[in-house]
Amino acid sequence: MPIQYYIFLSFALFCIGIMGTLMRRNAIIIFMCIELMLNAVNLLLVAFSKMFNDPSSQIFVFFIMVVAAAEVAVGLAIIVMMYRKVHSVDINILNRLKH
Amino acid sequence: MDLFEILFWLLTITAISCALGVILSRNPVNSVLFLIGTFFSISGHYILMNAQFLAIVNIIVYAGAIMVLFLFVIMLMNLNADVEPQKSRLVQFAGIISGGILFLVILAALRDAKINGELSKTASDIGLIKNLGKTLFQNYVLPFEVSSILFLSAMIGAMVIGKKETTPSPVMMKKNPNQN
Repeated sequence: MPIQYYIFLSFALFCIGIMGTLMRRNAIIIFMCIELMLNAVNLLLVAFSKMFNDPSSQIFVFFIMVVAAAEVAVGLAIIVMMYRKVHSVDINILNRLKH
Repeated sequence: MDLFEILFWLLTITAISCALGVILSRNPVNSVLFLIGTFFSISGHYILMNAQFLAIVNIIVYAGAIMVLFLFVIMLMNLNADVEPQKSRLVQFAGIISGGILFLVILAALRDAKINGELSKTASDIGLIKNLGKTLFQNYVLPFEVSSILFLSAMIGAMVIGKKETTPSPVMMKKNPNQN
């Protein structure tokens, strides 16, 4: 299986994540798209690890998962707090942070 | 076309169609379910590349823990499909165009790049838990310990942020007078 297929697959997933981040207004869905992008990077790292026969990049994937878990915990706490304040998860409401 | 390639294309089609379902479905609960589908197909790819440990961790951590957290938050907020305000058509169209153009640019750049790698179909044992554990605890002990501090701070931070405030701020009281 050529490495190009995996590069194209993970880049397609990454671009779908970017499109979702730009298209949606729901903060939770934007978070899920960020998870999608992290997973696309993980897939590419595992493919390169298989290609170069090197376990270090799989350790790197492991650390990305650790950071993603911590990020989700804090991010969802922020979303819950925002919902408690303004009763919506629409990110356009956060416009008022500018003023 | 042998079994490996059939499985590869099957998992690829599943992953991309589920990822499109995540960003296109109106209901957030459906988005979470599609994202779980994507994670399972990515785990299938890991198993095809003989990274069993990461496949299991992906299912346990992502599809198990993180997605359950998302589902809990969505159900706690009782979000329905018609609650979510949509961006205007123009902004949605611009998002699709810019994502697609980024994809095309990288595709064109990668077409000329000389990456001539071939993933061997023979099983290698670098993805097994014994080798990964040896690498982790011989070469990457310091990041491992630092990540424990990261987890501790994330846990404390989530609790501090999510804690209910005893007195609502006056600015928000003006916006929502009926909020207790």
